[in-house]
Amino acid sequence: MSTHVFKPDLPPPTLSVGVLGWLRANLFSNWLNSLLTVVALYLIWLIVPPVLSWTLFDATWSGSTRADCSAGGACWVFIQNRFAQFMYGFYPPELRWRVDLTVLLAVAGAVPLFVRAMPKKWVYAIAYLLVYPWLAFWLMYGGMGLEVVETSQWGGLMLTLVIAVVGIAGAMPLGILLALGRRSHMPAVRVICVTFIEFWRGVPLITVLFMSSVMLPLFLPEQVSIDKLLRALIAVTLFEAAYIAEVVRGGLQAIPKGQYEAAGALGLGYWRMMGLVILPQALKLVIPGIVNTFIALFKDTSLVIIIGLFDLFNSIHQATVDPEWLGFAIEGYVFAALVYWIFCFGMSRYSMRLERRLHTGHKR
Amino acid sequence: MQNPANGPSTRGSMMTDPKVRAWVFQVLAITTVLAVGWYLFHNTQSNLAQRGITSGFAFLNNSAGFGILQSLIDYTESDTYGRVFVVGLLNTLLVSVLGIFIATLIGFIVGIARLSPNWLISRLAAVYIEIFRNIPPLLQIFFWYFAVLRAMPPPRDSHALGEAFFLNIRGLYLPSPTPDDGFWAFVVALALAIAGCVALARWSRAHHEATGRRFPVLPGSIALLLGLPALVALVAGSPFHWSVPELTGFNFRGGWVVIPELVALTLALSIYTAAFIAEIVRSGIQAVSHGQTEAARSLGLRPGPILRLVIIPQAMRVIIPPLTSQYLNLVKNSSLAAAIGYPDLVSVFAGTVLNQTGQAIETIAITMSVYLAISLSISLLMNWYNKRIALVER
Repeated sequence: MSTHVFKPDLPPPTLSVGVLGWLRANLFSNWLNSLLTVVALYLIWLIVPPVLSWTLFDATWSGSTRADCSAGGACWVFIQNRFAQFMYGFYPPELRWRVDLTVLLAVAGAVPLFVRAMPKKWVYAIAYLLVYPWLAFWLMYGGMGLEVVETSQWGGLMLTLVIAVVGIAGAMPLGILLALGRRSHMPAVRVICVTFIEFWRGVPLITVLFMSSVMLPLFLPEQVSIDKLLRALIAVTLFEAAYIAEVVRGGLQAIPKGQYEAAGALGLGYWRMMGLVILPQALKLVIPGIVNTFIALFKDTSLVIIIGLFDLFNSIHQATVDPEWLGFAIEGYVFAALVYWIFCFGMSRYSMRLERRLHTGHKR
Repeated sequence: MQNPANGPSTRGSMMTDPKVRAWVFQVLAITTVLAVGWYLFHNTQSNLAQRGITSGFAFLNNSAGFGILQSLIDYTESDTYGRVFVVGLLNTLLVSVLGIFIATLIGFIVGIARLSPNWLISRLAAVYIEIFRNIPPLLQIFFWYFAVLRAMPPPRDSHALGEAFFLNIRGLYLPSPTPDDGFWAFVVALALAIAGCVALARWSRAHHEATGRRFPVLPGSIALLLGLPALVALVAGSPFHWSVPELTGFNFRGGWVVIPELVALTLALSIYTAAFIAEIVRSGIQAVSHGQTEAARSLGLRPGPILRLVIIPQAMRVIIPPLTSQYLNLVKNSSLAAAIGYPDLVSVFAGTVLNQTGQAIETIAITMSVYLAISLSISLLMNWYNKRIALVER
């Protein structure tokens, strides 16, 4: 009687856990992937070390004149030297605390809005929106006891923020009205709103800014002269309102018809139906869209260079062509890019988080 | 006797009747718009009269008297403002077409790389997207123009690629083809090859329907497109000769010169827009549910046909509408040319012509209508396309 002979053990499974397993699964799963990995590594090796050594290791961080920049890397002295101008433009140095205070108040005032458990948030938000703009204008422009700082002295990041925030805040109410008008049953109202929206969405912001600077003075009675900044703000607001209107329209369309019918069955009129039932739901849906519009607007504020306003980008550009600091254009643009990037990237991350959090109701 | 319950409601005033209210409201809205319009028109009239500007489009026939950096058609300083408009429009279209082509190319590559199973490649694509879409396009244009291209060496020390491509502060120099003896025979052969491809595709479809067997259309077409013109070129002589830029004295002669403004604008716009296109491509491909792939696999399709017949057609339905709006954005962003002096429509027409003639309303109106016409025609096309490919729902 023969004895049973065991077959030899199978080899251990190929490594699929740990660092080696991860490498094998994600980087070297087949020959094509391995080739791609090698190419990617080569690309990284080409780009990253020179960039790092230019921006960090070989860079000059301290000094006061261009003569200090001899290390061969980036000359961050240039940025340090002009930093205040990049932030405040030509705002008088002894009055800059007013701008700081305005920003501080905005942040401090907005904090409760981000506390999820805060009671009566809506009441607070409306009060904040009604009070803060006046306070901010008073602090930055002056009057009533404060020294007046003309808007031609405003500049830098401060001006960029002013244009972006005023643009979006002015565009919101107008955009909501336009969106409602576009979905109205009244043909005349609908035609007016569609024309307005399609007109502004069809033209580039540059032409709108050109128009505001050369045509607005023609449109108004001759004794009225409006401030350059105000002209830009009007242009940006009208332009953004059309984009907000389309975003809000998307939200309105996403609300099921039953909501309209239910509100109608309760005997609500048009404005109460919209204000109490439809808009609260629709606006909640489109908050990420509005944040994205704001990001686009924030990037577009750089176009005011065309009409000669000194926003963050123009301040930096002017500094790079200043004979005293000629030849440091790359440092200037990299710094500008970094500031815009931090703002835009931060907001887009926030918008993505909101999207996940708010995606509660109408998901199917 | 009349029963009040059956007739139209007589209770309440006229103002509670929705129809009456709608009429009143619309009349009010139209009146307001007309009143504002009239007010602006009236102010404009009196302002123009005061400044002594005669409105109208007669200025388009006046001689412009300024030179333009780059022109696709013949242009001299004595040409009219009308011709300046055409030159600017063509320059805008040139940069838009170039930008759209390159942006689509980069965008699709990065978008697909973003979905690669290779961790490193997908990370690199993500880094590209997050960096470039969060920096204003104007800044990118300035970076390429002022920090990179304006810092190029003079013609004598050009960066050269082979002996044919040169990059220096005056721009990018490329070899250009000029027609030779066999040129027309070549064109005819190319046209014939294209017609042949169309015929082949039709025949192959009919053949497939009739017999169920596929004919390799793509390799056949490529062979036709490359083979026929090459054969003709062999017989009739070469269709082109290349005019290679050469350094003579202080500058290059021959070949094509791409001005640095155009290089900077095209680069910046395509890199910026490609980041958005990549995200669109990624989300479009992800929008096709995995069940589709599994179903196709269970039908016995191989990976190639699955991609071609199942995934791409469904992904394109999601991709194309936002893709067109990105194209539109690129066309509109091409107006940023004004900031670096590339002679596009906004720069030469709404800029230089406006400053010379003072005809603010006319020039801005013409410029805006051009962009409006482009946008509206593309969105009409888009709506038509959307209707055509929309899922037929029951």
